[in-house]
Amino acid sequence: MTDNSAAPVLRMAQVSKTYGATRALDDVTLEVRRGEVHALLGENGAGKSTMMKILSGAVAPDSGRMFLEGRPYAPVNPLDGLRRGISMIYQELNLAPHLTVEENIMLGRELQALGWLDRRAMKARVREVLASVHHSEISPEALVGKLSVGAKQIVEIARALLNKSRIVVMDEPTSSLSDEDSARLFEIIRGLKAQDVSVVYISHFLEEVQKVADTYTVLRDGRNVGSGTMDGSSLEDIIQLMVGQKFTEMFPRVPHEKGAVAVSLKELKGVRMASAVSLSVAKGEILGIAGLVGSGRTEMLRTMFGLDALESGGLVVSGAATAKAAPWTRIKQGFGLLSEDRQGEGLALPMSVADNVTLSANAPYLRHGLLSLARQQKAAADWIARLNIKARSPLQKVQGLSGGNQQKVALARLLHQKAEVLLLDEPTRGIDVVSKAQIYEWMGELARQGKAVLFVSSYLPELIGVCDRIAVFYRGGLVDVRDAARWDAQSLMAAATVGRAPGV
Amino acid sequence: MSGQRKGNLQKALNVFGPFIGLIFVIAIFALIPEIQDRFLRVGNFKSVATQSVIVALGALGMTLVVISGGIDLSAASNIALASVISAYAINAGAPPVAGVALGILVGGMVGFFNGSLITKLRLVPFIITMSMMGIARGAAKWIAGNQKIDAPMTWVNEMMAKSPRPSWLLMAPGIWIVIAFAVVMAVVLRRTVFGRHVFAVGSNESAARLCGIRTDRAKILIYTISGLFCGLAGVMEFSRLTVGDPTVAVGLELDIIAAVVIGGGSLNGGEGSILGSMIGVLIMSFLRNGCTMMGWPNYIQEIIIGVIIIVAVSLDHLRHHKEA
Repeated sequence: MTDNSAAPVLRMAQVSKTYGATRALDDVTLEVRRGEVHALLGENGAGKSTMMKILSGAVAPDSGRMFLEGRPYAPVNPLDGLRRGISMIYQELNLAPHLTVEENIMLGRELQALGWLDRRAMKARVREVLASVHHSEISPEALVGKLSVGAKQIVEIARALLNKSRIVVMDEPTSSLSDEDSARLFEIIRGLKAQDVSVVYISHFLEEVQKVADTYTVLRDGRNVGSGTMDGSSLEDIIQLMVGQKFTEMFPRVPHEKGAVAVSLKELKGVRMASAVSLSVAKGEILGIAGLVGSGRTEMLRTMFGLDALESGGLVVSGAATAKAAPWTRIKQGFGLLSEDRQGEGLALPMSVADNVTLSANAPYLRHGLLSLARQQKAAADWIARLNIKARSPLQKVQGLSGGNQQKVALARLLHQKAEVLLLDEPTRGIDVVSKAQIYEWMGELARQGKAVLFVSSYLPELIGVCDRIAVFYRGGLVDVRDAARWDAQSLMAAATVGRAPGV
Repeated sequence: MSGQRKGNLQKALNVFGPFIGLIFVIAIFALIPEIQDRFLRVGNFKSVATQSVIVALGALGMTLVVISGGIDLSAASNIALASVISAYAINAGAPPVAGVALGILVGGMVGFFNGSLITKLRLVPFIITMSMMGIARGAAKWIAGNQKIDAPMTWVNEMMAKSPRPSWLLMAPGIWIVIAFAVVMAVVLRRTVFGRHVFAVGSNESAARLCGIRTDRAKILIYTISGLFCGLAGVMEFSRLTVGDPTVAVGLELDIIAAVVIGGGSLNGGEGSILGSMIGVLIMSFLRNGCTMMGWPNYIQEIIIGVIIIVAVSLDHLRHHKEA
């Protein structure tokens, strides 16, 4: 336990929750002290979300009790939780895009004067709270839909602060933030601590957790398997607690050999790209693409795949020049794109695993123009086994799977369509350590089979650990390409944040 | 194992849910002593089926549209336009076959325009098809000179006859046409690549595009098919009325959409089935039939149908909520 002897501001004692046949939480105890950042760690499906839903009042526990500053706490709904000083900041931002910053922050807490909205007072409140997080540059009148993801995150936090929270829960707050915005977020968290606000921090980025958190609790399969202080524990200890076994290799490498050039970009420029890019990737090569969010990495992939319109230049695909092409043409040419927006674009969530896996290549299951559903399901079952996807059956809807398993379904679709050039945009975002390692291993295996892999990521260690070469984007343009061995975290960061890196 | 069995039960419920509703509606009227005899007569069932033909044909196309996440508000106007076109052509001396073909073709063209405008202008289907509702209705009135078009009696007018000419048919040819097309469309939806694409576009259009589906082409085809079925429904309308009436079927698009929704179609897209829609059509027809027999006024029927839609959709919603 912690060396802090003060009474905890929050105590969740022996909390249990069962969904159908699944025991989501089994006798879990969690203590958070005043003004501390407490990391809640665990793989996808370990029970973190359920725990936080119970804390917020969205879900009632089957058994167990909660105490807030020593007094019993049993919220009947999230509003109740909010009133008692518990604010949630979710991974998916809960903002109304058509409303302004002020309207979003004041939503449900509008100030009135004689029954009319008191806009001036509200604006003043909003300015005040934005200033307190050092973001007075965000205008209260700006439309939230037009803000960057980072600024939206700030608006969410401002909303939580306005609430005079005792505890702020942050669920994967940095998964869609650039490093710069993440650094600002950590600054804000330190500010919260100074105001004696406690933060429950959920993240898959362990290095980041180590930086920002004071204490941690690890959940595994719905049980509390350990708590401690960050200072007294190593990353290896924590990972081992999370996975429950000795975690051997974070970045398993599969030997592969670089072959002929698969695709080269010739001065390729899409409508949403700031400048033209020339780059090539070989068969049997994993090419990493680093850069901040908005640096043009995603736009390049989307232009290559024909999802964004081409403005000038083109692609040379296995020796043949191609200009404009639509996604279906690119798929025929052997391209496959894994979207960074898994739920919004990558998968058809209401459809089954089998449908999602086979959606881009139905031809093998056609007999006289009719689909053979049995064959299709058999093929899907095959992929479920090969990628170790945890699904009840090929007919299960994708929306019922955990994030890591959804991502594996999306990857299975690319493998199923026999893509030769894989464009992977943030393939490991928001998924657990074990699934991540499995995806890295698959990327190595694909390269071994002679496929070309483009791997876009904001997480530098995985780029360095997995890629053969790494290209860095800065402000819409390509600044540098080197062999992975000639990069380190510092030089990559420098290239991505200032546009040039010292030679290694 | 038990999960599998539960899955099957769920599936059975999904298929039979609307079916239970239909049996429930029939059972209620069958239990009312005043109308029991007349209601349960084979002849009455035949006439209910015949009255269902036009809405059923519209619902076949509408099911695709709804599954793809769209809506076709021009369906009823399109039906009126097609009926006028067929009557006009036959009246002008064209062979009946040509009149029928022309009606269907014009319906298909209206659908094609709907699909093309929706995909090219990137406007929501509601707006485009609502505009087309006015355009098609106006065109029908214009062509018909704002009055009914008489046409000589031909075999076309027997399509909706309750006692069909070759008596071995047992039911109106129109009913057989609906059954045949229902089977074809059910197979198309469930067992063809196009059908799979319809579901994919309705489930998540961006994902469909990412998977290399030509979403624009799929949508144009979906609305064209809907238009073709409206054209065929228009021919049936002409067959029933023996005249081309540009003011017929006003508001019928809402009956068609209601049938699809009662049958499990979701206006958010991604869900729906041909069998469900057909049962939805029958539920509404039997309700109308039973209410008429009871001598209840029209407004009672309207209220009951409104309530039925809310009940059906809430039950559906509840079921899905449980599933998730």
